[in-house]
Amino acid sequence: MANIITDETIDYVGILAKLELSDEEKEQAKKDMGSMLDYIDKLGELDTTGIEPMSHVFPVQNVFREDVVTNGDESEKTLKNAPGEKDNMFMVPKTFD
Amino acid sequence: MDILSYSAVELAAAIKEGKVTATEAMEAVLARIDEKEKDINAYVTIDREAVLKAAKAAQEKINAGELTGPLAGVPVAIKDNMCTEGMLTTCSSKILGNFIPTFSAEAVINLEKAGAVIIGKTNMDEFAMGSTTETSAYGVTRNPWNTEHVPGGSSGGSAAAVAAGECFFALGSDTGGSIRQPASFCGVVGLKPTYGTVSRYGLVAYGSSLDQIGPLTKDVTDCAVVMEVIATQDAKDSTSVKREDTDFTSALVADVKGMKIGIPRDYFGEGLDAEVKDAVLAAAKALEEKGAVVEEFDLSLVEYAIPTYYTIAAAEASSNLERFDGIKYGYRTENFEGLHNMYKKTRSEGFGAEVKRRIMLGSFVLSSGYYDAYYLKALKVKAMIKKAFDEAFAKYDLILGPVAPTTAPKLGESLSDPLKMYLGDIYTISVNLAGLPGISVPCGKDSKGLPIGLQFIADSFQEKKLIQAAYTYEKIRGDFKIEN
Repeated sequence: MANIITDETIDYVGILAKLELSDEEKEQAKKDMGSMLDYIDKLGELDTTGIEPMSHVFPVQNVFREDVVTNGDESEKTLKNAPGEKDNMFMVPKTFD
Repeated sequence: MDILSYSAVELAAAIKEGKVTATEAMEAVLARIDEKEKDINAYVTIDREAVLKAAKAAQEKINAGELTGPLAGVPVAIKDNMCTEGMLTTCSSKILGNFIPTFSAEAVINLEKAGAVIIGKTNMDEFAMGSTTETSAYGVTRNPWNTEHVPGGSSGGSAAAVAAGECFFALGSDTGGSIRQPASFCGVVGLKPTYGTVSRYGLVAYGSSLDQIGPLTKDVTDCAVVMEVIATQDAKDSTSVKREDTDFTSALVADVKGMKIGIPRDYFGEGLDAEVKDAVLAAAKALEEKGAVVEEFDLSLVEYAIPTYYTIAAAEASSNLERFDGIKYGYRTENFEGLHNMYKKTRSEGFGAEVKRRIMLGSFVLSSGYYDAYYLKALKVKAMIKKAFDEAFAKYDLILGPVAPTTAPKLGESLSDPLKMYLGDIYTISVNLAGLPGISVPCGKDSKGLPIGLQFIADSFQEKKLIQAAYTYEKIRGDFKIEN
């Protein structure tokens, strides 16, 4: 395998991805990511000098609309899906003391 | 005539003529579901009482002359990554196991306006990440042609439901082949529209620049009718395109005389099963005999499509799936210490292995120091792939090839080696990268009796060419149904 993924890399990616992997999952993730990156490295065979990165296939412009509420107050229905709710607000764990 | 043997269009006509009621159609579907679901498991959610009520309400409106749409009274199945107001929408994930949307996807609203009645939500690979419907948190779906085999994925539940007669048609979504490949494996018709043709509003995002909603149907006529209904411009999707040419049923013409069809040599090389190859080439021959001009050509860059796709799709997925944080909806872990620990534990417990794998890869290719080498490189190769298709469509009306290298694999054979599973997407994936439309039509069976799919690819906005060629081929081929 050309791409060796270190423990540090997996831990760092875990922070970015907001995932907490078990030791077993970490080992698997190191292997999987290594082999995927080996495969993706194939793109290096292509000379892409001077080619514009294409994020959208059609030449679309920004789409604007008036900033007007059209869907009314759905807070009650929306909050029904929340794991925690209090006084018509989302309840979140304490973030600082 | 047995209600379940009607196509969606035939059923709508029968309801209109008063030969069948919407309630009878729904009851027939529910009876079939009772008989088949133990073996197939195509659905995640069905609310029987609610759907029978909805069917009855539809019939009353039809009687009153208020509901006259082309799909009035026809039962439809919706892939479980499309929001349905008041109906559980799980994406086949534990993290959305209790999510009840407060609104419906635009495509679903369009179907309801045309009179279709939702039966329930179909199983899929978790967050549409997979090619077998085995990564669902709610059990695997089995292929109705042979229940030891997968139905394909990620819209496996939708494809299986259509094939098994557990609905009259279904909606799926296609990010790298997720409509066309299960359609191929289950012997039904599946169309992935040009990017921007069907609103993605209310579709739970996976790879936003690649995702499109499309129909899975019993035949090409149904496909064209459903496309007419769901293809609308929508201000709520900024990538939605305004089109004047959505009268897709006008292309239901059995004629390919003079149509130029290119067969990419690169699609028929190593890795393609011999039986699939023979069936697809026989279909090309049949079209040639009807007057199509068929020739081989080199598309190029085919081997670069998969690494490009997995880089872009994983990157977009890692960003799109950030919203699942245990705050606003869905699952939240039981025990945690502080906010960040809650996020991490919620996501780690809520997502399955394949979803985590792609989020990790996506986070990596977008991370500082690797962004240019991986993500930006992939976007440049995407531009090259699009250009290769542009050159092909300067010469040809359509590209014809297989949908997948093999017929449906056995359950449990694919997940052990993700890279091998990804290679199965080789003929479908570049279509999404280039934003093109593609259709899968059954073109034969292999020696195991499993369906083989034929794929037509057209230039952007040329769905009518796809529909015309597929319709013509369907007429040559004749009926294609499971015998039961």
